[in-house]
Amino acid sequence: MTPGRDPAARRAADRWPEKGMQMEAIVPLLVVLPLGAAFAIVVLASLPTRREPGGSVPLGQRAALPLAAIIVAANLAISVRLLGGDVGPMFIGGWSPGKTLGIQMICDGLSKLMAVTINLVALASIIFAKAYMRRFTKVWLFSSLFLLMTAAMNAVVLAGDLFNLFVFLEVAAIASYALVAFGCEAEELEAAFKYLVLGTVGSAFILLGVAILYSLTGQLNMAMVASLLPKAGSSAVLLAAAALIAGLALKAAMVPFHAWLPDAHPSAPAPISAMLSGVLIKASGVYALARVVFNVFGPTGAYATVLMVLGAVSMVVGVFLAVGQWDFKRLLAYHSISQMGYVVLALGAAAAVLARGGERAVAGLCLFGGLFHLFNHAAFKSLLFLSSGSIEQQTGTRQLKEMGGLSRRMPVTSFCCRVGALSIAGVPPFNGFFSKLIIIIGLTLAGYPLLAALAVLVALMTLLSFIKVQRYALEGPPQGSIAAVTEAPASMGIALALLAIVCIAGGLAMGPLREHLFAPAGEILLNGRFALGTGVLP
Amino acid sequence: MGTAIYVLTFGLLVVGIYAVVAKKNIIKIIVGLLIVDYAINMLLVLMGYRNGGGAPILVPGESQAQMTSSVDPLPQAMVLTSIVIGLGLTALMVAMAVRLYEKYGTFDMSRIRRLRG
Repeated sequence: MTPGRDPAARRAADRWPEKGMQMEAIVPLLVVLPLGAAFAIVVLASLPTRREPGGSVPLGQRAALPLAAIIVAANLAISVRLLGGDVGPMFIGGWSPGKTLGIQMICDGLSKLMAVTINLVALASIIFAKAYMRRFTKVWLFSSLFLLMTAAMNAVVLAGDLFNLFVFLEVAAIASYALVAFGCEAEELEAAFKYLVLGTVGSAFILLGVAILYSLTGQLNMAMVASLLPKAGSSAVLLAAAALIAGLALKAAMVPFHAWLPDAHPSAPAPISAMLSGVLIKASGVYALARVVFNVFGPTGAYATVLMVLGAVSMVVGVFLAVGQWDFKRLLAYHSISQMGYVVLALGAAAAVLARGGERAVAGLCLFGGLFHLFNHAAFKSLLFLSSGSIEQQTGTRQLKEMGGLSRRMPVTSFCCRVGALSIAGVPPFNGFFSKLIIIIGLTLAGYPLLAALAVLVALMTLLSFIKVQRYALEGPPQGSIAAVTEAPASMGIALALLAIVCIAGGLAMGPLREHLFAPAGEILLNGRFALGTGVLP
Repeated sequence: MGTAIYVLTFGLLVVGIYAVVAKKNIIKIIVGLLIVDYAINMLLVLMGYRNGGGAPILVPGESQAQMTSSVDPLPQAMVLTSIVIGLGLTALMVAMAVRLYEKYGTFDMSRIRRLRG
């Protein structure tokens, strides 16, 4: 795969002579590296090896996890490097729309934000997995599926045409079905099967929507579909939008499409729970939803209402279901629904402001709040899932009532868990506080004071729920067997500390983060149907 | 032809969704998902179909104008991809069904309920 030498890319290269070309050359690596490594791991692990003394695991299989960690770290470096540069449109294999139909990759502000988020969480999860996955056999298979999922998510956020978006959503989904069932215990299989059935129905709806859009416009490229749709102007566009939004809302686990999430996320191994809750529902759900609604259909009143209703209902229902939970991971899973509700509500409010031609600054504030919360949620929810995994590993339980006094027995894990809990509960100065505050201010300015009040209420319920976690898991007298637990291995601590630092720094460094990460991403969504440019046709 | 074939395709989609929603047996749910898959593949092929159109292959000596009367090849490529994805998914679903049967001794979804709502 090499970036095409078409006029558009050459123009971009002329503007940034050496930097532009270099940037475009490294973007496909985000997908190619993990995808290649995922297959290489399977080949390495299946190589016939001499039986080693002591029946230890062959070298080819032992190398899988470190290799995966190196690839993910390289991906993070690439995605951070991309932040500084300006990347023109890229066409795979030199096929550009000028000649015939081409496959386009887009790497704009929104894609860059998502790529950084995905690879950051993936790095923390794979470091954590080193110690955590010892309980499982076939860790190489885990590494391979993990890389496949990461590659597919990177490809989803870089996809410039609708069909590629669908294909990589499916690749990410299939890898995640297999990872949820990785333990092969009864509950895990049951959860994975439910997830698989609902996920497949969701994918079918997405493909249906893509098919209708293709029949209306004769194009799959997002920018061209966006520019041709107003001419199509029929009720079939609404049908396509309904199919796409339903399918993507299912992937994002918006209420009423949420039934699979509270089963699937807690059943997976902890690093995978962190990946699923931390980035998969965002990359294949919220990101795709935002991209399609804002940049393909264009934000109009009807879509804004749908997004706001989905967001507000998810936010409220999710938190009410979470408060009553005693299983730590299940509680976290319900909070994922609720917190994603915040993001979608903020996106919907921004779309509503844009649709009625309101102030761009207000819409921009809502978008900043939503995207900032999306990033923050990736950091603190994966931190919480990883610390739940570390607690589960050391104590052997996930029930909050059976824990207690862990702050003395496991100081590092408890400290990081506390940072995550305070962040999600919205306590200043952690990152969750700022993003929720911005969403609430944005909603008020956009003219939805009732929804803002609802968001405050949900924030209070979240705080309540995490006070329960603190009280039962970390404080209080240790229960029976818990008294003897020890701190988790160092690699787990490193992964937790990495995410805890992101949580704290996210709040303190909001200004620079906004300037370099969120403002360019918000700009893309603000520009609506024209963001991807119509200049792809010569 | 005309709209009848679209109605039939839509009917196929509804039958598939009915099977997924209403059936309790895992194997029937899997078959339902496959029917949904087929319905959408069918729709994709229909979108590229042109009455009396030939294969979209440009032979030397043939003018580009003749290409406009051929069927649209892009949806066929999409269907091919979609079929391959469906193959992978079916293998995974059936493998999972076998494992579920080993654990629970039944294919009945209503009796596979160890997770609380």
